[in-house]
Amino acid sequence: MWEYANPKRFMGWTRPVLPWTFGLAGLCLAVGLIWGFFFTPDDFRQGSTVKIIYLHVPAALMAINAWIMMLVASLIWVVRRHHVTALAARAAAPVGVVFTLIALFTGGIWGQPMWGTYWAWDPRLTSFLILFLFYLGYIALWEAIEDPDTAADLTSVLCMVGSVFAILSRYAVLFWNQGLHQGASLSLDKEENVADVFWFPLLVCIVGFVLLFIALVLMRTRTEIRARRIRALEARARRA
Amino acid sequence: MIALLLRDLRLAVRAGGGFGLGLAFFLIVVVLVPFGVGPDTAVLSRIAPGNLWVASLLAALLSLDRIFALDYEDGSLALLATSPLPLEGAAMMKALAHWITTGLPLTLAAPALGFLLSLAPEAYAYLLLSLLIGTPALSMIGTFGAALTVGLRRGGLLLSLLVLPLYVPTLIFGAEAVRRGADGLDPSGALMLMGGITAGCFALLPFATSAVLRVNLR
Amino acid sequence: MLTVTDLTCERGGLPVLTGVSFDVAAGQALILRGPNGIGKTTLLRTLAGLQPAVAGHVTYPEDESAYASHADGIKTALSVTENLRFWADVYGADLPRDILETFDLADLAERLGGTLSAGQKRRLGLARLGVIGRKVLFLDEPTVSLDGFSVKLFAKWLQDTHLARGGVAVIATHIDLGLAAPELDLTPFKSDVDAGGGTDEAFL
Repeated sequence: MWEYANPKRFMGWTRPVLPWTFGLAGLCLAVGLIWGFFFTPDDFRQGSTVKIIYLHVPAALMAINAWIMMLVASLIWVVRRHHVTALAARAAAPVGVVFTLIALFTGGIWGQPMWGTYWAWDPRLTSFLILFLFYLGYIALWEAIEDPDTAADLTSVLCMVGSVFAILSRYAVLFWNQGLHQGASLSLDKEENVADVFWFPLLVCIVGFVLLFIALVLMRTRTEIRARRIRALEARARRA
Repeated sequence: MIALLLRDLRLAVRAGGGFGLGLAFFLIVVVLVPFGVGPDTAVLSRIAPGNLWVASLLAALLSLDRIFALDYEDGSLALLATSPLPLEGAAMMKALAHWITTGLPLTLAAPALGFLLSLAPEAYAYLLLSLLIGTPALSMIGTFGAALTVGLRRGGLLLSLLVLPLYVPTLIFGAEAVRRGADGLDPSGALMLMGGITAGCFALLPFATSAVLRVNLR
Repeated sequence: MLTVTDLTCERGGLPVLTGVSFDVAAGQALILRGPNGIGKTTLLRTLAGLQPAVAGHVTYPEDESAYASHADGIKTALSVTENLRFWADVYGADLPRDILETFDLADLAERLGGTLSAGQKRRLGLARLGVIGRKVLFLDEPTVSLDGFSVKLFAKWLQDTHLARGGVAVIATHIDLGLAAPELDLTPFKSDVDAGGGTDEAFL
């Protein structure tokens, strides 16, 4: 399995996979969002504002999953030193930031009619703000270091340490303020939180966001590999 | 390892400003807040715990980039890395030296500044205790951040960006303990959680710090 | 005492030296020669364990090596004696009584590191090697900014004290130290442009 992580093999198999991933992501998002926005009833309490759930929940989910993916990629880089995993972690970070921002903004827009305020220091909102800061630090460290392997090593350690502190922050924030959010808004086995009519289009949207994330990360990883290849070729040319 | 600690302390004293600068900065930040917030004693007293904690966190941040930068530039870091001294131990001693030169003076000075902000009388003991337990964690986390950015020419700003999010849990528990003390509630939970963070930092971060230093010395 | 077999070292992701092999017996020194940029510093850093080798083996007795770089690691706010005593403490060694005389530092004993001239700093940096008592030394341009007299002083210490005690030294230098030591020209080991290994290999 590891051979697919060789840069050349990776470039080979991702080239045909990438358009399909983008296509499927687009399809799922189109179906999920149109279904969710136009073909579900308004909530009896929240009215039509509830429909922002189709952007908010998948984006929030992927904001966290992107970080988890970066953590896993960092661990693989530290243990096995596969360049592609390090570059994939680098590629995922800006995507994760955008998802985090989407989650924060849609949360604000939803919060205004629900809680009467765009922003509250609610534990979950605050946690996402902290996650956003972690993403910024991670990206800034990648950008600041010239040597790509040094950067990969340092950002991997930062990602691991950061993950521990992100979890600590999550619990610290809960300790600090009990919050306005409802409990888990969805989980795979507890569908009673969200009625079926909302649940199915939401599921389609989540699948769409996952596919979109994969497609974006694959595309950005390909760019990173090409940039790294240019760098290696230039270094060799200087030596010749 | 003690030799390294003593050397760093001696250097901090001789370089001048090792103890003084951080303290002066602490004082200025604490004094600036009332100018921004207004002179209402009730408001100032309410925000005093957070104000003091944020100010001490910023003061600790101020001297972080000097932890490894000088040793890196003059080559002693590479010599230390090839010496029999374990680099993990060196990292811990560096953090300890930083704490003695910044965290400890901040802790001792904080009650005097709490007086300026009319901190509730019940909270002084907890202010002292929370800073005493929490500032070592700030130094250790900061040492890790300093190790990450040691090879960079303009690492100072990046260092703040990397370290400040890591300070969030300590800040929350620290300020919360003082606030609970001020409100007459039991702050022991927050203090214990913060103690756990400090202990965890000293148990694990030296390893991360030394790994990162070795990468930067490569 | 020091054996290097088929060593490949890299700099900036590409191998610079390939297939370096040599032996240094106890009491012997080895002088590394080669034009600027050939990889002398890289080789010494790899030998000292500061950077990993791409391939090959380096063996020498554990906990017996010391590295001296271009930078001397001198603290400007500490005196000459304090600088040396710090390293003695780190290595758990005693400060040899005649160390200051050996490196002509006796008159400077209480001077702060920051007030020393470049050559005096270098002598202090070299005196550190006399303090820590390590047997395998990797020295990168030890004589930079030393005058002729100090070079002789250093060569004398190396020959009469370090090597005579069964120590080993690998020295990168461009001048003649006056040691009866074999020389190793690194030019033949220069890596091929297309040589394998190195972290960039996967991308080429």
